[in-house]
Amino acid sequence: MADAQFEPRIVGFLCRWCSYTGADLAGTSRIQYPPNLTPIRVMCSGRVDPTFIVKALADGADGVLVAGCHPGDCHYQEGNYKTMRRYPLLLRLLDQFGIERDRVRLEWISASEGDHFAAVVKEFTEKIRALGPLHWNGKALAPAVAEPV
Amino acid sequence: MAAKPKVAFYWCASCGGCEETVVDLHEDVLKVVEAVDIALWPVALDFKLHHVQAWKPGEVAVAFINGAVRLSEQEEWVKLLREKCPLVVAFGSCAHLGGIPGLANDESRREILANKYLRSPTVDNPQEIFPQESCQVNGYHLDLPNFWKEVKTLDQVIEVDYYLPGCPPPTDTVAAAVTAILKGELPPKGSVLAPEKSLCESCPRKDSKPERFALSAFKRIATSIPDAEECFLAQGYACMGPATRSGCGERCLHGNMPCRGCFGPPPGSLDQGTKMLSTLATLGEARDEEAAEDFAATLADPLGTFYRFSLPASLLRRSRRAEET
Amino acid sequence: MSKRITVNPITRLEGHGKIEIFLDEAGNVERTFFQVPELRGFETFCLGRPAEEMPRLTPRICGVCPTAHHMASTKCLDDLWKVDPPPAAKKLRELANSAFMVEDHYIHFFFLAAPDFVVGPTAPAAERNILGVIAKVGMEIAGQVIRVRRECRQMLQTMMGKVIHPVFGVPGGVSRGISEEERKQFLETAKFTIEFAQFALKLFDDVVLKNKQYLDLVLSDAYTHKTHYMGLVDQNNKVNFYDGQVRVVDPTGKEVAKFVPRQYRDYVAEHVEPWSYITFPYLKQIGWKGFVDGPQSGIYRVAPLARLNAADGMATPLAQAAYEKMYDTLGGKPAHATLAFHWARLIEALYAAERMQELLEDPEITSTEIRTVPTQTPEEGVGIVEAPRGTLIHNYWTDGDGILTRVNLIVATNHNAAPIAMSVDKAAKGMIRGGEVSEGLLNTVEMAFRAYDPCHACATHALPGRTPLIVTIYDAGGSPVRQLRRDG
Repeated sequence: MADAQFEPRIVGFLCRWCSYTGADLAGTSRIQYPPNLTPIRVMCSGRVDPTFIVKALADGADGVLVAGCHPGDCHYQEGNYKTMRRYPLLLRLLDQFGIERDRVRLEWISASEGDHFAAVVKEFTEKIRALGPLHWNGKALAPAVAEPV
Repeated sequence: MAAKPKVAFYWCASCGGCEETVVDLHEDVLKVVEAVDIALWPVALDFKLHHVQAWKPGEVAVAFINGAVRLSEQEEWVKLLREKCPLVVAFGSCAHLGGIPGLANDESRREILANKYLRSPTVDNPQEIFPQESCQVNGYHLDLPNFWKEVKTLDQVIEVDYYLPGCPPPTDTVAAAVTAILKGELPPKGSVLAPEKSLCESCPRKDSKPERFALSAFKRIATSIPDAEECFLAQGYACMGPATRSGCGERCLHGNMPCRGCFGPPPGSLDQGTKMLSTLATLGEARDEEAAEDFAATLADPLGTFYRFSLPASLLRRSRRAEET
Repeated sequence: MSKRITVNPITRLEGHGKIEIFLDEAGNVERTFFQVPELRGFETFCLGRPAEEMPRLTPRICGVCPTAHHMASTKCLDDLWKVDPPPAAKKLRELANSAFMVEDHYIHFFFLAAPDFVVGPTAPAAERNILGVIAKVGMEIAGQVIRVRRECRQMLQTMMGKVIHPVFGVPGGVSRGISEEERKQFLETAKFTIEFAQFALKLFDDVVLKNKQYLDLVLSDAYTHKTHYMGLVDQNNKVNFYDGQVRVVDPTGKEVAKFVPRQYRDYVAEHVEPWSYITFPYLKQIGWKGFVDGPQSGIYRVAPLARLNAADGMATPLAQAAYEKMYDTLGGKPAHATLAFHWARLIEALYAAERMQELLEDPEITSTEIRTVPTQTPEEGVGIVEAPRGTLIHNYWTDGDGILTRVNLIVATNHNAAPIAMSVDKAAKGMIRGGEVSEGLLNTVEMAFRAYDPCHACATHALPGRTPLIVTIYDAGGSPVRQLRRDG
């Protein structure tokens, strides 16, 4: 259920070599994108244990983004293939828990794709806004942006 | 120290297997009775609530509590035992992780009742009578206890000092734990009284594990015959070994069936299910999205496989369905 | 206004249980309610799981009789996948089932029932437990009881992987066979078990049957119900725990129904009451007539005495001789004396032991042909076995991939729910007069349900064992006026 006041809280696991650098590029290029995503830098998308994703959701995130190098470009060769194989399994698990698949997203974002990163965050934020809050167990993450005094 | 140490056993939502595993000490049960006084065992001994209430704090050294918690009465009992006993041990998978009854956290209470009393093919109930927490029958007032919507682990209700894992804990694990407790030789509080490694390390099949797995699809035992010696995962059967603590003696493996995870997650793991998911994905060979999806589709029932014993203890604890009243 | 006596908790049942007794003005029992306040929801939370997991899921219904659920479930999978296991697989399953019957029956008899008979129903409460039994019969005999249980259970662990919550049952067979070395070892166990079984019957004879007071109790009206009886029988109408057809006889012993597992829904229905979570099965062809016995009532009983009543005899010689002796003593077939369930239980243990030997001397038992892999699309299956405590029914429906869409279970003790309620009611009415509630009430009420060995009989490990009971008597205003306790 969409809520006009609802500001989605999204956790983003971004790989250091590609996606996080791409996100930095969006910043230095001054490309506008919503502040709802909290980035967490990991060395490789393959480092993202599904436990992190589920913990984020359990602790109050409304959505989780995992971003890594394009297949074939992984700095550690195999890491993103593991991510690729984890993703559909995790979605099936989320189906069984009754958590909408659209709340967890896997994207390949290279170091030079600042605009792609911004577009993904923008689209994903709106998608989560339309889905509404998850607030699993009644928990919600603190707002991404402080309220004006 | 003249008096024998006193111990207590109590059960919540349990099947009785944890009691049976103690009796499986066989002749050694008589030695146990010689070494300790059993101050509470509701199914066997005559001690009641008022006896427990009268215990001086510390009089009974340890309470072994099995079963998951989902009745308010059970909560009262376990809180009382926590108050009276310096040591509380969560005994068995249900107390430790929620156990198989914890799978009820994937269902709503309403569905459970409707399936049982309305939709069952043998139930004849045209008036749609449901058991009531309180009812009047011909002028007689009767009541039944209150069920929670959610099944809980013991440590979600009280503080727990140690965990004895397994469904049920193997008899020799129980004996070792009781001995350790009586001698005061215990690891740090909060420990699981079992080895600090995963089942794969002690598995009789570990030598057949390949250097590199490359699974393209999962198989089901229903429609195939497992090899009696090769690693189940290498054969393509879902086996919870990598995400399960060692210590059970791999009895299921000796029975030529894969592990289902009753000992709970290995040390340092927050969630047995996601750990297993991660492992299975690592073992796959898919290198494009379509193959990855095809691979995932061959695993029947991820939730029930990954969280067979540990749903209430998992990060999400229950599915959305369980929230419906 | 009636007085109310609450007996809570009752132990040695699945989960918790309580009895509510209401007295009339004269202080006699007006009505008794036997309440089962436990429901775990297996039939619902198994949905969405692959059907082949059921032999590992359903044993968690009861850790005392997990093998029974494992067997019923495995047979249900055979039916579901329309697959016929090879003969050796069926023999292995029946072998394990027999060994399980033996050890489970003896746990009940020695730890739970024997105190009433060996020590005495009115003996001082402090002695009426397994230690009192040991004091009377001696440590050597106690050692034999422990040994028979230990050997049978070790055999079960080897055969099935685990003894508490077995794993070896799969659709179309079993996951593991036995070696020649194991066979020899198990055969020794079987022979010892037969010896022990005969000794147990002799003990029952010496201690109970030769004691007029006990024999009178067994034959007394307070413990008699003339109900229908149900049990599995083989093609010769002899008792079989693993396979066969379900046979029902009326209180005169006449066969009124015989059906294959798939037909059970045509014969059995369940009644619901608002005051208990357990349902009350009854014979559909007669209908639910209330908590009454007799040929016009749909109520039937299961478990040892019922099985012997429903059959024409035992399939093995020593057990058959014991069977004949029992019916001679009880005055013919069928026998309606509830306390005779204990006797029938010992006869069944002897049969199971003899069956163990038969199967272990069959050369096919070590065959490696233990599995037929299913090839058909699953849809619906029914599996029925005799659990120690009665007829156990598993019924599953799945989608085309074998994922469960519907589950119906009628667990052994379920069938006896109405009879237990009636037995408790009758015993209470027989014992409580004029508002006088005595210690005798507590034990005789217990004896009424104890004979059925309700599932979850955790007295398997009863040490100084008596059911803890509190009986509280309230006046019409609801204030407690007197409390009786079983204290150590």
